[in-house]
Amino acid sequence: MVAQRKMASTRQIYGETLLEMADSFPDLVVLGGDLNVSVFTHLWRDKYPERFFDFGPAEQNLVGVGAGLAASGKVPFVSTFSVFGVGRPFDQLRVLVSQPGLNFKLVCTHAGILTGEDGMSAHGIEDLSLICSLPSFTVISPADTVETVQAVKTAASEDGPFYIRLSRAATPVVHEDDYQFELGKAELMREGNDVTIIATGVMVSVSLDAAEMLEAQGLQARVLNVHTLKPVDEEAIVAAARETGAVVSAEEHYFHGGLGSIVAQVVGGNHPVPVEMVALQGYSESAKAEELMVKCGLTAEKVKDAALKAVSRKQ
Amino acid sequence: MSGGSAPGTGHTYSVPELQAIAKDLRRDIIQTIYTAGSGHPGGSLSELEILIALYFRVMRYDPENPGWPDRDRFILSKGHASPGFYAVLSRAGFFPREELATFRQLNSRIQGHAHPMTPGVEMNSGSLGMGLSFALGCALAARLDKKDYMVYALLGDGECDEGEVWEAAMSAAHHKATNLVAIVDRNRIQNDRFTDDVMTLDPLDRKWQNFGWRVMQTDGHNLDELLGTFERARTRRTRPTVIIAHTVKGKGVSFMENNPGFHGRAPNAEEFQKAMEELA
Repeated sequence: MVAQRKMASTRQIYGETLLEMADSFPDLVVLGGDLNVSVFTHLWRDKYPERFFDFGPAEQNLVGVGAGLAASGKVPFVSTFSVFGVGRPFDQLRVLVSQPGLNFKLVCTHAGILTGEDGMSAHGIEDLSLICSLPSFTVISPADTVETVQAVKTAASEDGPFYIRLSRAATPVVHEDDYQFELGKAELMREGNDVTIIATGVMVSVSLDAAEMLEAQGLQARVLNVHTLKPVDEEAIVAAARETGAVVSAEEHYFHGGLGSIVAQVVGGNHPVPVEMVALQGYSESAKAEELMVKCGLTAEKVKDAALKAVSRKQ
Repeated sequence: MSGGSAPGTGHTYSVPELQAIAKDLRRDIIQTIYTAGSGHPGGSLSELEILIALYFRVMRYDPENPGWPDRDRFILSKGHASPGFYAVLSRAGFFPREELATFRQLNSRIQGHAHPMTPGVEMNSGSLGMGLSFALGCALAARLDKKDYMVYALLGDGECDEGEVWEAAMSAAHHKATNLVAIVDRNRIQNDRFTDDVMTLDPLDRKWQNFGWRVMQTDGHNLDELLGTFERARTRRTRPTVIIAHTVKGKGVSFMENNPGFHGRAPNAEEFQKAMEELA
């Protein structure tokens, strides 16, 4: 019943996409904080050394220099792991980047529990909450490699601060090659009128599987891919609440301050219906990514159960 | 001056003229902070001659076109010392002097801590330790754009407690940012107390030296010496340069001098009168 999907690495496609943009974006520069091989910015480093700057694991400075470059007309793509790129330089992101609204792109890999064996300190489960709290930032959490390519190109083309969240582990590809990413517009991945599963990142694939399970039980679940968490597509979320009467959010992030909070805010403020959240409940541990997904309840089975619960709560 | 190719500020003030400007601007600083009812007089008064040397002799810029791509950049990292910065910017023609009266007021362009909404301000500030990193970004952009502008960043001495300063120092030397000049306003007082009581900085010169910087020291109130130091900083550049400018916090107002109490508070009416009399 669960679909077999091709697995592909969003961080690898990020590095390859940067290379593709080198000629069309002459002001694009790449900044790294060591870890470039893991983040795949070493591809750029080796090909365009004069447009690459390494700052070592010193993330306050990394973001600060990027802000200076942005203020001087460059388009800096700053990359490291999400725990280091968001958590450590949060104040630099706030004061130097968000408050003046500089044209600065933060692309972090190794987000969430998909980082696996490195353990809880390496699991960026708070990054969306932190970064969504910065008013100027546009925040994208791509579902797969196809979406990552377009999100990265969109970030380069659009003015202002962007955050893009990528994973360490390869993740299922849920889009065809001709997919058209639209910034700020949720993607309707499956039509349905009994319940809506609103997902982001790797949980889009999991939610599509959950929808299959629900169909076997006679329920038609709508599935929305909310790749842009900020600004979020309020219209699509409100329509989902109105038309399906129950909503489930699904994210590989802490339940506080991520997609679930955003969905609850939009639904509660516009068209209150039952909302169930599938998300991380706290810190995790060292293990394989797929083992952690099961232990933390980020499975199709759990999303299906949450959908059934949301449906049962309908008035 | 105007246009995009002018080689300098066009200012040819003599040192006595610069000293007269300093006296005017000290009054502007006290007036600005007194009118606002809050602000940071101590560091604004200690940094003043450094800024005057830069804006009225050393730097090239165009107040009619603050974003002129070839301009030298000045980054105020110790953003709380904004009243001194604003006094200089308005005197240099970036905005009318009358606007100083709107400091910290609703709907003003003159924010509590320097923000780029003010013409002539490059960087948002208010959280210490960030300016040298930002300045390094500007310096690297000059290299990418094959431009020859200089980047000056003014740091407080207490600000050097911030780890980011040393991250930036290490990386500026590594990336050979020879067009970057840091100035440390060494007034020996930070928010609460004397820097020696809060956190030992000495030997400050050797710290910078060991991070790969060329170190210069100067009296931060002696304009002759400051101009000579800035001139030397522009020549024979093989490393980034730091100028440790020895200054007096609250310089020019007797009861503010070397007084930690005036790091971040406005004078009351009586103190205001006394300060203005001293600066007359």
